[in-house]
Amino acid sequence: MSIQSLKEKVKISLLVNGREVEGETEPRKLLSDFIREDIGLTGTHVGCEHGVCGSCTVLFNGKAVRSCLMFAVQANGSTIQTVEGLAKDGEQHLLQKLFTECHGLQCGFCTPGILMSSVELLNSGKKPTRREIEEMLSGHLCRCTGYKGVIEAIESACRTNECKGGEN
Amino acid sequence: MKPATFTYHCPSNLEAAVQLLDVIGSEGKIIAGGQSFIPILNMRMSEPGCLIDIHQIKELKGIRVEDGVLKIGALTTQRELEQHDVIKTNIPLLSEATQFIGHVQTRNRGTVGGSVAHADPSAELPLCFLALDAEIVIHSIDGSRKTSINDFFVTYLTTELMPEEILTEIHVSLSQFNGYAFEEFSRRHGDFALAAAACLLSVGETGKIENARLVLGGVEAVPLLAEEAMRFLKGKSLSDETLERAVELAVIDADPDTDLHASKEYRLHLAKVLTRKALLKAYNRGLQKEG
Repeated sequence: MSIQSLKEKVKISLLVNGREVEGETEPRKLLSDFIREDIGLTGTHVGCEHGVCGSCTVLFNGKAVRSCLMFAVQANGSTIQTVEGLAKDGEQHLLQKLFTECHGLQCGFCTPGILMSSVELLNSGKKPTRREIEEMLSGHLCRCTGYKGVIEAIESACRTNECKGGEN
Repeated sequence: MKPATFTYHCPSNLEAAVQLLDVIGSEGKIIAGGQSFIPILNMRMSEPGCLIDIHQIKELKGIRVEDGVLKIGALTTQRELEQHDVIKTNIPLLSEATQFIGHVQTRNRGTVGGSVAHADPSAELPLCFLALDAEIVIHSIDGSRKTSINDFFVTYLTTELMPEEILTEIHVSLSQFNGYAFEEFSRRHGDFALAAAACLLSVGETGKIENARLVLGGVEAVPLLAEEAMRFLKGKSLSDETLERAVELAVIDADPDTDLHASKEYRLHLAKVLTRKALLKAYNRGLQKEG
């Protein structure tokens, strides 16, 4: 059990995109702000800050969650993946390539969040139906694309993934 | 939008948590998944002096069946509930309703116990657990107690939980109902429901309803058990007239508020439409299983 005074910072350590990160944070600091301000990974975007828009979605222990609805202290000891962790050795992730190909983005503000939810779906190994893709996307607001290109990109990624035997 | 300052405690077991709650009392607030609570903190609609984060408490996790009773740990996530095979097989009402809770991304963190303790009158799980006549297990430094869900909800966002108490488990008898349905209407998928209905029926071989449970949401300060309609349905087959009469009886005690999202009249209209849909769907499912 640990008890802190109001302003006292708490030491936390977590694994972010495969890298060990240690930091000190006020308990009230949101995970989204910790990722952007303390770790310097600004690919995670902050839109509404109350869990509606989905821009700040990251993978928390493999699950897509809104990082504005978590405190950084709650992520102590966890594994986080952000959009910066998708590309490997300078090569874009399959989903990133297909979002470009299928016009799955325009202004790009919502894209990092949508990508992370899509990665969770892709990693589940199941071939999602269009309905399941739409259900997942209901957690993200995009005001540019009308979602059509986004859905095509994800469907295409799932097909490719299946051909490759689920490697990604 | 940043929360006000608070002290943070992260007890590693239930014993430590109830000791903390005893010392801190009403200054403290328990945080589980935080999917309803953190928006409230971010908007500074609430500024508790202290948060007690229960996520490490293993005793509160998981779903198990003991002596014909399904025991759902308070920290079970809504996503786990939605996907759990035991739930899908035995209490499909819960799997069906859970899909209406927020989005996959919030269900991944939002907890079952959190939903029930938060007590939003339009939330899905409080409705379902009232339909299922669940029992709520509560712990404090003085030990544990059980309470019926009938007595649990007091008014908007208020339950009979005392500041030093923690909701630890929800108990549901394995269903003797063969028909179930959950219906709700919201402006956008995942938003708060304007109105909702949860229905459980046991339909006999001859098509007679042997037992009925019907709960409405969004029409009162707490989930509303439609007792008149439940009594009326017992022993009847669901003819058109029976259905219409049951729908009328279901909303007899409903007195929804008018707010920005919907007028009183519109909510009542929705409640009737959803009740009709839920009753029909539950009845047809019950008949199919019976035949």
